[in-house]
Amino acid sequence: MSLAKRIIPCLDVDNGRVVKGVKFVDIRDAGDPVEVARRYDREGADEITFLDITATHHDRDTIVHVVEQVASEVFIPLTVGGGIRKLEDIRRMLNAGADKVGINSAAVFNPEFVREAAEKFGSQCIVVAIDAKKVSGAGEANRWEIFTHGGRKETGIDAIEWAKKMVRYGAGEILLTSMDRDGTREGFDLDLTRAISEAVTVPVIASGGVGNLQHLADGVTKGKADAVLAASIFHFAEYSVQEAKEHMASQGIEVRLT
Amino acid sequence: MSSVAVIDYGMGNLHSIAKALQHAAPDVDVRVVSDKKSILSADRVVFPGVGAMRDCMHALQGSELNLVITQVAQTRPLLGICLGMQALLTSSEENHGTECLNILPGRVKHFSENLYAANGERLKIPHMGWNQVEQKNHPLWEGIAQNSRFYFVHSYYTQPEDSAIVAGTTEYPEKFACALAKDNIFAVQFHPEKSQTAGLQLLNNFLHWDGQA
Repeated sequence: MSLAKRIIPCLDVDNGRVVKGVKFVDIRDAGDPVEVARRYDREGADEITFLDITATHHDRDTIVHVVEQVASEVFIPLTVGGGIRKLEDIRRMLNAGADKVGINSAAVFNPEFVREAAEKFGSQCIVVAIDAKKVSGAGEANRWEIFTHGGRKETGIDAIEWAKKMVRYGAGEILLTSMDRDGTREGFDLDLTRAISEAVTVPVIASGGVGNLQHLADGVTKGKADAVLAASIFHFAEYSVQEAKEHMASQGIEVRLT
Repeated sequence: MSSVAVIDYGMGNLHSIAKALQHAAPDVDVRVVSDKKSILSADRVVFPGVGAMRDCMHALQGSELNLVITQVAQTRPLLGICLGMQALLTSSEENHGTECLNILPGRVKHFSENLYAANGERLKIPHMGWNQVEQKNHPLWEGIAQNSRFYFVHSYYTQPEDSAIVAGTTEYPEKFACALAKDNIFAVQFHPEKSQTAGLQLLNNFLHWDGQA
């Protein structure tokens, strides 16, 4: 009897379509986020995260419609990130049916935004997304810093200090992405994940680098993550969420099997 | 057609709970309402809520919905969810102490700062995610397997004076009351509207419940 570690499939949505070269054989519209979300729900996903990577502000309405549709038929927690910059953006997403929002660069530019958002809507719906990159050299003590603009722009902010600060400001959860590992399929940066998870009191979601099911298990057992997030291994239908959970359970990790 | 009123008092988004109720029982008229008359004209009432207790009580008192909920609690099936469960008790430790509705005598307490699981793992606050519920006998658990998982997100938990009203418990790591039942009142700490099949079944049970234990 204990709390399950969560598996969270992430959908990168560009102008209303799931991207990352999705190739499904068993559903009608391969790139329809509503269909993909339905499938993940059926497979036992514990939550679903939508990352809106739509470039133009004008097209952001599409993600609102996606969330509305998914929220009408999928009854597990939904998180939306990408382009959340104002209190009004948060309100729109929550009204559409999202349970949490991910705040990333807006937190770096204006940390007070996180405080205001948590006061207004409650910490339970504020996820601060942290993109971190290792800056220490070989032989030095590990050190990671925050990067913005998809890992291209350095900020000089220490990742561990930043995570603690965001929790003080009201973050209810931390979504931690290793920019060194994102897209590599080499597994999470376990040292980074463990360092952040041990430094904060709130749950930490590990992200960036998952290439196989063992990586997910390692994120929990070695990285001390409370939840693990992955996109492409589920998108390509290489593995189902169900298989991921069975694999984790086989290593003694508490999961929700449906 | 029976009806259910979801009380809208400005605390959190009610889209999820309204959609889930409709999905759980398409034959029920689901209304999100904020005025006394609409609430008291419904057959059943859902009292949801997320956020902080002081804001919750201010919002209720400002609109006199505290009186309406007390009236509902004496007259028809009432389902309290999350903050809506906690608000039914006497007082909460949140916001340096907040007086609540005192419909179910007891206190709302914060989880201890340093919690460790049996295996030595440090437990995070809020208690967030899918945890198992040990059910006591009650019609609202009908059709839901014992120890099913439900979705939780909270930092405070209820401690009723009368342990006989505990209808379900969860461990984190100590056992706490995650469901309370007294006469026509049922209240849960978890979010049935976010707990997939088990949650929808509980909502369906509530929407067909006559208020008898």
